[in-house]
Amino acid sequence: MSTLANPIPNTAVTVVGQNARRRHYGTHIFLTVMAVMWLIPLAWALFTALRPKADTDKYGYFSLGGTFNFDNFITAWNQGGFSKYLMNSVIITVPAVLATLLFASMMAFAVSRVSWKFNITLLIMFTAGNLLPPQVLAAPLFEMFKHLTLPYSFSDSGNLLNTYISVIAVDTAFQIGFCTFVLSNYMKALSSDLTEAALVDGAGIWRQYWNIILPLCRPALAALGTLEVIFIYNDFFWPLLFIQSGDRLPITTAINNLQGEFLSNYNLLAAGATITVIPTLIIYLVLQRQFVAGLTLGSSKG
Amino acid sequence: MSTTAEKPAAPDSEPGAAGRNTAGKGRSSAGRRPGKSGKVRRLTRRDKLVLAIMVGLPTLIQLLLVWLPTLFSIALSFTRWNGLDLTDIKPAGTDNYSFVFQDYPPFWPAVQHNILWLVFLAVIATPLGLLLAVLLDQKIRGSKIYQSIFFTPVMLSLALIGIIWQLFYNRDSGLLNYLLGTAGKSQAVDWFGDSNVNIWAAMVAATWRHAGYVMILYLAGLKGVDPSLREAAAIDGANAAQTFFRVVFPAMRPVNIVIVVITIIESLRAFDIVYVINRGTNGLELLSALVIQNLVGEGQVIGVGSSLAVILLVISLIPIVFYLIRTFGKEGKA
Repeated sequence: MSTLANPIPNTAVTVVGQNARRRHYGTHIFLTVMAVMWLIPLAWALFTALRPKADTDKYGYFSLGGTFNFDNFITAWNQGGFSKYLMNSVIITVPAVLATLLFASMMAFAVSRVSWKFNITLLIMFTAGNLLPPQVLAAPLFEMFKHLTLPYSFSDSGNLLNTYISVIAVDTAFQIGFCTFVLSNYMKALSSDLTEAALVDGAGIWRQYWNIILPLCRPALAALGTLEVIFIYNDFFWPLLFIQSGDRLPITTAINNLQGEFLSNYNLLAAGATITVIPTLIIYLVLQRQFVAGLTLGSSKG
Repeated sequence: MSTTAEKPAAPDSEPGAAGRNTAGKGRSSAGRRPGKSGKVRRLTRRDKLVLAIMVGLPTLIQLLLVWLPTLFSIALSFTRWNGLDLTDIKPAGTDNYSFVFQDYPPFWPAVQHNILWLVFLAVIATPLGLLLAVLLDQKIRGSKIYQSIFFTPVMLSLALIGIIWQLFYNRDSGLLNYLLGTAGKSQAVDWFGDSNVNIWAAMVAATWRHAGYVMILYLAGLKGVDPSLREAAAIDGANAAQTFFRVVFPAMRPVNIVIVVITIIESLRAFDIVYVINRGTNGLELLSALVIQNLVGEGQVIGVGSSLAVILLVISLIPIVFYLIRTFGKEGKA
């Protein structure tokens, strides 16, 4: 788990660097060209989003004429319903991430800190479940949710379709596997003396889990939490399958509908895309280390 | 931590937990880890109950929402059903499969596209990510800035990537045709609309994300390679390329395995981007998109959709099983 600390290599240029740097000219040229190419699609979206449609119609999209302002963003936010979609994303993402971490850490504790027969079998089942393509389960899940009758006071569709719960539950079920795998590796690496000592003091299983092991897993939980926020915020498929009414869609799925709605108003579509990027960029800038650690945690064991 | 509260709550889960515990004890007392068996013996009734809940709840969620639907998919693939009433489900034998293989026009193109997607990621995107990682692993000025730039698309969903590249590829308003000088002319290409080129355009967009992902995993992998290996290779007179391909790359075996698995699974899971572009039609057929096309839309054919899902499942199981054996095989022996 050493990758948690700082997976990005230190880039300090040492004394030897003087020579090394000269040799790196070619590398720099290549990397700069690649970096520019990498940024172009995002920059183009932002550029388009900042220009009023009237100006791009007049001067063409590939021009600098006309004004630059945030009108498209304001329109997308208010008329396009992006404030609502973003809220829906929060309503789905927050409980799903918390539930995923809670269930995964409980499961990981049980399979890594207590030895019993089905440890590995269950861990394999959980890990495999996370790797399945979601489309494999689409039809049965959709039909199960459709045929599960619920009181109308709970769900206006009379079943689980078109509810946030359906998306939260399936997102959680899908992500538990990966988090259990990562957390169980992490917990296995913790010394067994920790819980042994607690046992001698008469601490029960729950206290060993909640008061001793979980606090020690804070770095892993932070990394996984960041990663899962991004994963679930970015989930396109489950809301597409389960949620029919447009005003309940999270932002990642909703933007697909806007393609049709904003027909040929690419400026507005670009503003919508940019708004959708912003939350992930903020998380990226603030929690980059956590996110990268989360990604590499899963692969560090192999 | 009083022991009174939850005892009567789940009487049926108790024997299961107790049974498992004795089994565990039997195994560990057979000489695995004496320290752990001691711990198990000291579990109280309450502890067993707590454990049963800690294991039972996630397992139940996992079984109910992942594995049960997987089994249902297999079962439904042998039936004919319009998705309306449960009593309408009629057995159909292997009809759905023979229909898919013989009479369903988009099936073979989809298989080809999935293979093409995999080859493209494996031959272009993954090596590109590795190259970026190797270059950035050197002591190079601005390495972190480069890393941040290449990594940014990894934060985005493939659906959003489809939209962003749509803006870039668009025939009349997209940047690409302006850069090529064809915008507004008759030879301007509609990159996502033209069925001859759209799969390539989509794969380039997917590469934008995949290469950054591979890069970050390899950067972590490269950092984990023992520096003395490189020094030894240098002393033996190996040049940079030899050192990398003969020493460093093989030393990253665990990361290599993860990347092989990720590349295969990503190519099977590719769905969002083609669905955003045109729902996976007109040159962008992929197995995952065909599954969904048969489940929603007019004349739901759940049986056909499910048989496509099962085909996707069987293919996916190859990398999944490979990965599980690699990961857990060691553990079984250890």
